[in-house]
Amino acid sequence: MQSSMFDRRAPKIGIIVFPGSNCDRDVHYVLNNILKVQADLIWHKKNNIAHYDAIIIPGGFTYGDRLRAGLIAAHSPIIGEIKKMAKEGVPILGICNGFQILVESCLLPGALIRNTSLNFVCRWTTVQVHNNKTPFTIGFSKYQKVSIPIAHGEGRYLVDTTVLGYLKKNNQIVLRYVNDDPNGSMNLVAAVCNEEGNVMGMMPHPERASENILCPTKSNNSAILIFHSLVSYLLNEQ
Amino acid sequence: MLTDKEVCYLKYKLGREPSAVELEIIGAQWSEHCSYKSSKKYIRLLPTIGPRVVTGLANDVGILDVGDGYVVTVHIESHNHPSAVEPYGGAATGVGGIIRDIISMGSRPIAILDSLRFAPIVVEEKTKVKSKWLFKNVVRGIAEYGNCIGIPTVGGEVEFDPCFEDYCLVDVASIGVAQSEQVIANKVDNDDLIILAGGPTGRDGIHGASFASAILEGENRSAVQIPDPFLEKLLVDATVEATERGCIKAIKDLGGGGLSCCLSEASDNLKKGFDVELTKVYLKHNDMSPAEIMISESQERMLYITDNSKVQTIRSIFDKYDITHATIGKVIDSQNVVIRFQGKVVTALPSHLFAHAPLLDRETEKPEYLSKLKKFFDIRQDNNINEILFQLLSNPSIANKKWVYQQYDHEVGLRTILKPGCGDACVLRIGNGKFISVKLDGNSKHCYLDPYQGTLGILSEACRNVISTGAQPIGIIDHLQFGSPDDPSIFWTFVQAINAVADFCKYMDIPVVGGKVSFYNETAKGAIKPSPVIGSLGLIEKQSSIVDLSLKANDFIFIIGSTSDEMGGSEYYESYHHISGGNVPKLDLTVDKLNSKAVLQLISKNLVNCVHDCSKGGLAVAVCEMAIAGNVGLDMNLNLIPNSCSRLDNLLFSESQSRYIIGTKQPSTVQKILSEFKELRFAQIGRAGESNQRVKFMGKNKGLVVDIPIKKLSESSKALERMMDN
Repeated sequence: MQSSMFDRRAPKIGIIVFPGSNCDRDVHYVLNNILKVQADLIWHKKNNIAHYDAIIIPGGFTYGDRLRAGLIAAHSPIIGEIKKMAKEGVPILGICNGFQILVESCLLPGALIRNTSLNFVCRWTTVQVHNNKTPFTIGFSKYQKVSIPIAHGEGRYLVDTTVLGYLKKNNQIVLRYVNDDPNGSMNLVAAVCNEEGNVMGMMPHPERASENILCPTKSNNSAILIFHSLVSYLLNEQ
Repeated sequence: MLTDKEVCYLKYKLGREPSAVELEIIGAQWSEHCSYKSSKKYIRLLPTIGPRVVTGLANDVGILDVGDGYVVTVHIESHNHPSAVEPYGGAATGVGGIIRDIISMGSRPIAILDSLRFAPIVVEEKTKVKSKWLFKNVVRGIAEYGNCIGIPTVGGEVEFDPCFEDYCLVDVASIGVAQSEQVIANKVDNDDLIILAGGPTGRDGIHGASFASAILEGENRSAVQIPDPFLEKLLVDATVEATERGCIKAIKDLGGGGLSCCLSEASDNLKKGFDVELTKVYLKHNDMSPAEIMISESQERMLYITDNSKVQTIRSIFDKYDITHATIGKVIDSQNVVIRFQGKVVTALPSHLFAHAPLLDRETEKPEYLSKLKKFFDIRQDNNINEILFQLLSNPSIANKKWVYQQYDHEVGLRTILKPGCGDACVLRIGNGKFISVKLDGNSKHCYLDPYQGTLGILSEACRNVISTGAQPIGIIDHLQFGSPDDPSIFWTFVQAINAVADFCKYMDIPVVGGKVSFYNETAKGAIKPSPVIGSLGLIEKQSSIVDLSLKANDFIFIIGSTSDEMGGSEYYESYHHISGGNVPKLDLTVDKLNSKAVLQLISKNLVNCVHDCSKGGLAVAVCEMAIAGNVGLDMNLNLIPNSCSRLDNLLFSESQSRYIIGTKQPSTVQKILSEFKELRFAQIGRAGESNQRVKFMGKNKGLVVDIPIKKLSESSKALERMMDN
């Protein structure tokens, strides 16, 4: 870690694990083994998480996606803690099911409904960075195109047109699909953030695109910049 | 459902009248599905040992040592009857069952594969509603279960054949990985505690094993279990955690035959008796009888044996995941399974007797149809090769399977290096810096015409597929599926198939590390064609040896292996000409071994850019698939292909075994190395062009036999998506 050089405290990232989370260990591996930062898996029943510098809600099928994807997890006690942290400006990132939990808990606007194909879709796509000022995107250049895989059945982003206009105006649409419409999202939204920019949800999986060995031919691991951005944001913020 | 003979045998062994409960639970245990009473004698012929094998067939799951303190576990099962009645639930619970087999060894499941067989979904341009419904929902069942539990479904195959009308074959395999010391020892002591954890026991799936051991006549829905992938995910996590914390002395999953089968087999394997109280079992319905509790096949249940010092830890792990669990009994110093209900003994059976049905001596007789099959067909030489090629590429058995694998999360776990559609097999990384390559294959059309040669061909194809990705095959799994064994002519085909597995694996020195036999795959419309499915598992030592199948611009193209007039069971004969008959491709084991060795040598010297095996659809389809994958054109000179074919269509569409196509940038080195193999048939047959060009086959007098833009070929291979999306 370079942090010791600048005499800064190494940031600590918490990864929330709900029953049915299944990308938790993948995110944990990328942060600890590839980025070499401290990230801990936090079982959802833990109540003291305020000392973490950032929170990631990973993908999966929390509570088996019963009733609606992300709904039950969104009503679990730990989300109350996360809401408090979000208000204090702590970066909160939801990936895939994590994004669904963030919209269900009203930390982000909109809803994620069934893909237009009605099928689960797992494949690589390309997204474009439309806002490179969030803690999760500062490492990208504006309009940079990034290869990244998706894997979801309910990733169609929906919001009423007034709010959509506001999101656009306020630069809250962070990532958009390019030359591809994998799920029927309004405005090709792949990631949105809250007004303050410290809470972001994204359907694609950056942890699956963080090593070149996992990327198909003709794509690269530039999606790792999501995590690099977060770490450098945390280091600079102190 | 015991036969009179079996009841007599039971009485004789017990020295008393069996009780009604005993007849029920032994009926489940001695069903064909659980007891292998028809096939066991033949399974013993298979080679199951080797330097890497940690456990052979004696256990549920095969374990292979892959070095550096790591083991890989593998198993295969089918869920045919339930899937034919309720495709979504049947296929999903099939996935659940196989995953529990993998966690039963203390290993973490890292991949699922599936091999599926249906009747054609479009016949003469009309959609067959039932087969489409079965196909769609089987895929959805596998997808929703696998995706939810977070285990990637990475590969498999799909075949369509009219013999699966109103039926389907759903085979699911799973791979696990563990550190050697975490493999559960399965050694228990007296007074150890028996814990049943997971879902409550209900009336779902009662008589499931017996249902699977008879011809599918009615739609017995109560015999189909209900899937709960969320609970399974919790069970996987809890079991892995309990394994890591050393709480498990023995473990067994509950599958076909339920608690009855689980207890008797565990007791027999562990050489210890059990004393179990059924009132401790969590029930869905309070009024279940002891027999119902014993044979219920409710899903997502596991049996754990632990001792007093660890019982608190294991309970706290189940509590953490909110998994219901109950201590239902203890290990006793005898060889009996004692079952109590409200304290009263309902049955006390010697576990060896309980777990081992008397084996059957089945009659075999060569089926009559085989002698009636036509060997030669006077087919008009069709000069419209383009047309045949389009038809084969759009044949659902051959066409791109994107519609299937995009519904599966095939990337969770960060292990999937060679993804579905990119190579001949899927390549996964394991913890020690090495990689494994896995593939399932089958070919009912070949096996119908010649069960022995057909099965040999599948074995060769499964191995060729992993070899094409750069792997050395280290283990085989087999799943042998037939109609009723009561019919001597069907049983004969089973014996032919299992002999082929034994002969191939002995010759190639690859152990059979897991398998299953499934009989009674019949409906009122008749028995299925003999349908063995073979899984091959290969090991890749270093990343630089991983090879995909996509042709790269300007590659020089070579073929290894020779093509003959072996058109029997080919997709060209069956789906283009609608004829069944002719000579099935014959496997020459010596040639097969030699060709594979040559390919692996080229790969290890980093001389090849891509490798693809020639199978369904033949040589013409194989080179087109490589061109489509790489999006590059190619020129192939048909006059250079090593062959003994009498006509052009045979040369292009024969499914002769042991052939590989490779692309290289170093043709002279490749030529030199291949020349050093005595007797090896090979040739440089063409050259790839640039992207977006045409595929051209040059025939006699430099005439172009095929000249098609890549784009059109690629469109044609997307037929399955079009069929399913409208």
